[in-house]
Amino acid sequence: MRTLTFTGIAVGIALLVATATSVLVENEYFFSASYTVLQFVVLATAWNILGGFTGYVNFGSAAFFALGAYSGIALDKLTSAPLPLVILAGAAVAGLVGLGMGYLTLRLRGVFFAIATIALAEVLFTLVVNWDYVGGARGAYVALAQTPPLGFRSMGRLLFTVMALMAAGAVSIARFVQVSTLGRGLAAIRDDEMAAECSGVPTLRLKLISTTLSGALMGMAGATFPWFLSYVEPHGVFSLSYAVNSIAMPLIGGMYDWAGPVIGALLLGGLQQILQVNVPADWNLFLVGALLVVFVTVAPHGIMGWTRRR
Amino acid sequence: MSGSLFANALVSGLLLAGFYAAVSVGIAIAFGMLDVVNIAHPAFILLGSYAASVANSAFGIDPILTAAALSPAFFALGAVLYRLYHASFERRGREPLRGLAFFFGILFVTEVALILAFGVDYRSVNTGYIGTTWRFGAVDLPLRLFVPFVVSLAMTVGLQIFLSRTFFGRTVLAVGQDQVALHLMGVDPVRVKQLAFGISIATAGVAGALLVIIQPVQPSLGREYIGLVFAIPVLGGMGSIAGTLVGAAVLGIATSFTATFFGPSWAPAVSFGVLLLALAFRPSGLFGR
Amino acid sequence: MSESLLVATKVTKRFGGFVALEGVDLSVATGERVGLIGPNGSGKSTFASCIAGTVRGGGTIRFDGRDLGSMPPHRRIRLGIARTFQIPRPFASMTVLDNLRVPLLYAAQKHPLLQRSLGHERDEAMAILKQVGLEAKADRVSRELTQVDMRKLELARAIASHPKLLVADEALAGLSPSEVDEVLAILLEMKSRGVAVILIEHIMRAVLRFSERIAVLVAGRKIADGPPGTVVRDPEVERAYLGG
Repeated sequence: MRTLTFTGIAVGIALLVATATSVLVENEYFFSASYTVLQFVVLATAWNILGGFTGYVNFGSAAFFALGAYSGIALDKLTSAPLPLVILAGAAVAGLVGLGMGYLTLRLRGVFFAIATIALAEVLFTLVVNWDYVGGARGAYVALAQTPPLGFRSMGRLLFTVMALMAAGAVSIARFVQVSTLGRGLAAIRDDEMAAECSGVPTLRLKLISTTLSGALMGMAGATFPWFLSYVEPHGVFSLSYAVNSIAMPLIGGMYDWAGPVIGALLLGGLQQILQVNVPADWNLFLVGALLVVFVTVAPHGIMGWTRRR
Repeated sequence: MSGSLFANALVSGLLLAGFYAAVSVGIAIAFGMLDVVNIAHPAFILLGSYAASVANSAFGIDPILTAAALSPAFFALGAVLYRLYHASFERRGREPLRGLAFFFGILFVTEVALILAFGVDYRSVNTGYIGTTWRFGAVDLPLRLFVPFVVSLAMTVGLQIFLSRTFFGRTVLAVGQDQVALHLMGVDPVRVKQLAFGISIATAGVAGALLVIIQPVQPSLGREYIGLVFAIPVLGGMGSIAGTLVGAAVLGIATSFTATFFGPSWAPAVSFGVLLLALAFRPSGLFGR
Repeated sequence: MSESLLVATKVTKRFGGFVALEGVDLSVATGERVGLIGPNGSGKSTFASCIAGTVRGGGTIRFDGRDLGSMPPHRRIRLGIARTFQIPRPFASMTVLDNLRVPLLYAAQKHPLLQRSLGHERDEAMAILKQVGLEAKADRVSRELTQVDMRKLELARAIASHPKLLVADEALAGLSPSEVDEVLAILLEMKSRGVAVILIEHIMRAVLRFSERIAVLVAGRKIADGPPGTVVRDPEVERAYLGG
């Protein structure tokens, strides 16, 4: 299937679901829960471009997510920018940081890159906590318009639609990467970087593309977060939950395919939304962590691995 | 600028450095010599801290005694964990980053388990000497830093002697470089690695008990120590204990000065910042291969 | 007289205190078949790595008229140097066919990232697989191959990068005599495509059958370089290598 066709279908489904639920569903909580699940679809898909496709593990997903969120806050304080610009800014900033960090660490072994991503998250967290312009430790508020634009009944519904479109976009990009020449090069790097280099694959260049793209998409997911909560503070945005989930979801769904993260995000994200109501937040996180350990040990190719018997 | 402020920052930095060496020597062994990227190392440190804290509040036992008593348990834990790791990941060969994800999961699960068991409040210990400070002219020597410093140094130096002078110690040094030679000598490399990893985790337990003497602990502290635990071996050269001491000195002094002159809220960023710089410029450190 | 395809001059490599290569000179002409022999640890694989660019050492390596300098491996491959590994390194998660697609797309194409994965490289991949005798296993996942098939896959991947020079690092090690002949036949065929080959090997009968010229490395130094008949009878070679 050609990429354009797939993108059209994905966007079409997103719009269809968004419109249908907007008309049929009364419960506002549905939209915020679904926003969170779709956000994970984007995060997991983005993570997997670098993690599953290229073989480089990023433990600092929260950093890129937070960069997106705080770019939005900073932009909002400067000038009240429209949402599309905020999203673009979030993606751009996160992508640039991804590029920079990749340039510093991707010449080394994958292990050092992974450790550097943890370092990045902690350094960024400390910077944000000490930066008063975006609220520092106290956090920052975002002013929401009284009536949501474009005739939506609520901000929650608007954001849900936006996130659905972003998910469609992220998934289309991931699929495009997977089936393209770029994807074959990334897979070669994942399987054996030295052999890839000796087969003519420009490994550093491709790794940088992968890190930049992955970071940018995570930043994109974070960009609308301030409007979702209307209040953002460092501990929430840098929560370890993002790091763990963005690894666990592709792992459980299947890391070698664009569909894996989607499956993982829908299942694990949906599960957490259900549990959240009945179970304290920490047990929720414990479950995700435990699933991560179990799957990585026993079923590293995830659900798609079972079905394909890889 | 006050000279005594400078002197005290320096002294604190050196005392801290000794402790940092204890914290990271386990990674020098696990990562530097065995090539096992145990980013869950700080989780075991925290387990040591909490064990010491519980023993202290329940029975009034000094953390160092708890550490000594529990070392065999931590050793066994490390040995078992390595078996699991080896069977699930090392044997399969490829995809070394899966092992990384495994340890990350362990780190995460341990942190959440501690939150569930103890909550997010800080825990500390009470010993006779924590409040005491010896004074030498303008320089203060707080015992809560000095005692861990002494124990850390003893442990680190003891390990170095063990590794370079005993037969088993030298098999550990060799296992990272030439497994075939070990086979030919009739030594099972996997067993050597297992025991070495056990030692690595045992040092984590001791370091944890020392940590809770220096400062109160809470579950998310583990993650802040990841930077430190890896920055030091990278700075000092992977797999070199002498290098670990040098790296620890650099980081201890840097952290102490940052806390004194810029405020303690910047201190965690120091180790991570140093790590990023070290990775960007000198991946094999000052001493190592 | 025009320059040889490969001109390696005073190639040196030290690992810490250990000298792997010391001032090695070697030239290879277009289409030439050169055998490179020497005891274990004499630096043969290190030399291969220096040519391929995965190891940086002292000295000069000129290929096709240009100084390679510090050119990274992937660009050397695109210039026409191919290298197979002692222990085969297939792309384990991919099929045999997809393994070949990687060099076909990245080494043989002018602008790999702008290419769509069209059908034509598939046809060429199948042709190469037929050449090495792997076409029946084209859709097998490469991690499931036998040892000898993995060796053939290594060679097929090297061929797919359209090389002018192939450095075959112990491609025959661990194979049975009939398997050695199978793989050797593929290597012998390279000449008809104008591909020069450096055969790094221990199996003497294969080296003697294959080589137009033999170079001998001992402890990082080249001690002989000439026609097989001469080299084999050289007393220094006998002493150092053949144990005479």
